[in-house]
Amino acid sequence: MTGPMTGTLLEVSGLEAWYGRIQALFGLDFTVADGGVTTLLGANGAGKTTTLRALCGMIRSAGTARLGGTDLTGRATEDIVRLGVAHVPQGRGTFTAMTVEENLQLGAMTRRDMRAIAEDIERAYAYFPRLAERRRQQAGTLSGGEQQMLAISRAMMLKPRLMLLDEPSFGLAPLIVEELFSILSRLKAEENLSMLIVEQNAALALEIADEAYLIETGRMVMSGPARDIGQDENVRRAYLGY
Amino acid sequence: MTDQSMTSEAPAQGRGKPVAERAGIPVGLKRAALLIGLIIAIALPFMVKNFTIFQLTTVMIYAIAILGLNLLTGFNGQFSLGHSTFIAIGAYTTAILMEFGGFGFYATLPLAALFCFIVGFLFGLPALRLESIYLALATFALAVATPQLLKSAPFEPWTGGVQGLLVFKPEAPFGIPLNSDQWMYFVTLVIGLVLAFFAVNLVGSRTGRAMMAIRDNPIAARAMGINIALYKTTTFGVSAAYAGIAGSLSAVVVQFVAPDSFTFVLAIGLFVGLVIGGVGSIPGALFGGAFLVYVPNIAEELSKGLAGAAYGAILLLVIYLMPAGAAGLVRAIVMKVLNRRA
Amino acid sequence: MELFAHQILSGLATGGIYACMALAIVMIYQAIHHLNFAQGEMAMFSTFIAWQLIEWGFPYWIAFFLTIAISFVGGVVIERTVFKPLHRAPVLAHIVAFIALFAIFNSLAGFIWDFTIKSFPTPFGQQSLFGSGLISAHDTGMIVVTLVLLGLLFLFFRHTRIGLAMRAAASNPDSARLVGVRVGWMIALGWGMAAAIGAVAGMLIAPVVFLEPNMMLAILIYGFAGAVVGGLISPGGAVIGGFAVGVVENLAGTYVPVVGQEMKLTIALALIVAVLMFKPTGLFGARLVTRV
Repeated sequence: MTGPMTGTLLEVSGLEAWYGRIQALFGLDFTVADGGVTTLLGANGAGKTTTLRALCGMIRSAGTARLGGTDLTGRATEDIVRLGVAHVPQGRGTFTAMTVEENLQLGAMTRRDMRAIAEDIERAYAYFPRLAERRRQQAGTLSGGEQQMLAISRAMMLKPRLMLLDEPSFGLAPLIVEELFSILSRLKAEENLSMLIVEQNAALALEIADEAYLIETGRMVMSGPARDIGQDENVRRAYLGY
Repeated sequence: MTDQSMTSEAPAQGRGKPVAERAGIPVGLKRAALLIGLIIAIALPFMVKNFTIFQLTTVMIYAIAILGLNLLTGFNGQFSLGHSTFIAIGAYTTAILMEFGGFGFYATLPLAALFCFIVGFLFGLPALRLESIYLALATFALAVATPQLLKSAPFEPWTGGVQGLLVFKPEAPFGIPLNSDQWMYFVTLVIGLVLAFFAVNLVGSRTGRAMMAIRDNPIAARAMGINIALYKTTTFGVSAAYAGIAGSLSAVVVQFVAPDSFTFVLAIGLFVGLVIGGVGSIPGALFGGAFLVYVPNIAEELSKGLAGAAYGAILLLVIYLMPAGAAGLVRAIVMKVLNRRA
Repeated sequence: MELFAHQILSGLATGGIYACMALAIVMIYQAIHHLNFAQGEMAMFSTFIAWQLIEWGFPYWIAFFLTIAISFVGGVVIERTVFKPLHRAPVLAHIVAFIALFAIFNSLAGFIWDFTIKSFPTPFGQQSLFGSGLISAHDTGMIVVTLVLLGLLFLFFRHTRIGLAMRAAASNPDSARLVGVRVGWMIALGWGMAAAIGAVAGMLIAPVVFLEPNMMLAILIYGFAGAVVGGLISPGGAVIGGFAVGVVENLAGTYVPVVGQEMKLTIALALIVAVLMFKPTGLFGARLVTRV
């Protein structure tokens, strides 16, 4: 454990998941600390995205995933979201035909506090000034990086207890990726945001994460503090490329 | 109607793939079923009343049209709510050629097929530009317009207007001891088998795979070098030719053609038959045809006043019980039995 | 020239009917991305309910709003009972379910209220407006109601949270779930609204075409045509499309010699297909771009 952790926010044990009849996850155990960042590493098809989808009730799953005291497994996606889990999906899930601002309002759909919502929209614009410039623009016309920023802002509008990020760097230029991760770091520090990040770019993920887990074909093969995992010989060779 | 592709949203089991494509019922079992079916089909006309024979012939005629629709919708992903038009064209081609051209029925059959192929091919050209819902509306417009066109003054001298035309029903040739109902039953059976055989081979061929590739992913199909326009229009033509043959047969079996036999209700009925039988299933067409002929009668018997409601209720029930059509249900049952034994 | 103006005006009057129906069609299309074949029959059934209420002695406007409420609830119930279980069924199965509903409503209405035509009252009066005999008070009222409805829908979808949630559920259901929108209920709500709008359309149309179980068939086709010409995704486009279809139908019936009254429908449909040839997604529609 690194840093002053106050406790465990998400505790997953024995998580299994299926696509139709095909089992994709075989009993994963991992945790996300309150205010901490956990990253799941692994090759293509290892089951990283599947894990996030299982946590969100988007596919059939078994095992337990306790957020605070509440088990998430077996609940509908909408209900899991209402418990404070924000998912930034791969491909960003932008509502392309709507404006940037409407996308942000949708992020706050589960909230009732209209004034605070308006304030939070302004706060999102403060984190991502480019979005402020384009607030009346159709979200589909944004660049990939801007859409990723919008997706993260939209997730923040939920006031999430936990944010799930699926490949946030995917398909983006290195400069944009750097900007994005520096903002994620700020969100962690300033907003005490807890995150579970799935990333192909392991070096980047290990930089921001407190804890890391390595998944291979739906099974957990290694876990530990992100710093230690980053120095492991095998991980370096296989996933960091040096 | 929907804005998504018609068939790629199949249920969880065997997503998007029609029944025939999936690994499924063993070939041996299929052959046995076909053989038993054939024996029953040959024996039946000697065991039942003439009216029943007439009904069974109608079932097969509908099945032929549904088969054509299946090639278009099930295997090529193009939507049609207007196949009644091609049935009408086939029927009128036969009726007019027999009435005014002195043709015998058998000579008109290939001409009806050819003419429908050409019309279908030509209609397929503008259809290329239309995506699912719009194509559905355009074909539906065709179905709605057809009876009106048939009744209209410019065509009346040939079509007989509202009155329609009487058609002579051929007798069995060469002194074969069959009455005309039995004879037409066997003619239809043979033509149906030939067309089903052709459809099975088409679907299994390179051409068939190209048709399905276009249905599943037109962009990828284009990237593979498939000439989408040619395949789609040709499929439309072939599909129309099937419907035309069905129309030609129906003209002589019913001995009568009239505009109101070919309203959009028929087009929708074919569509229902397609879905009930099983999209992408060739034997399913026969079940669809039977549904079309018998279920309205059953509904009528359940309640005279509420026949329509009974029909609707049966339709809903069938869709709940077998969302993938009869073919999907049969396949699921057979697979379950086989798996239990294994 | 006077004939021409007359035909345009009476085309607008009938176009108002189609516009109303097209609006209901686009509503449900936005909510579920299907064209509902049973929409016309549902509207007809609602109109019979209104007729029955009026027969029982309810004042017109009370019957009017009561019918809207009943239709709304009915639409929601139909979605929850008939279509929710079909959620995972193929799209083609849904279309068959529409056809089943069509048969059920048509037959039920005939069974309960029989097939004789009934006159349905108009709240606006049938007297001719502007002393011209071209357009009646009812026609004008119908057009005004359609436009008001359009305005209300615009406000609802642009400026309310629930409207926003409905748009989100229709355009991207997976993402909508991920922001906590209850997609299933949004679809049910869409059905309810479409049924309610259909009821309004039916009650406005009935004084013109008379009330009977088959009154909506041709109107539904024209409504589809209007909706498609308008591009299917735009309520405003649907209204304009509906008016356009009405005018075209009237002009063709008058000026194209072979057309006459019988062939009006054919000509209107042919023109629509022609429009689609040049603008495959309608006049106000947008092409959906799919990523590979």
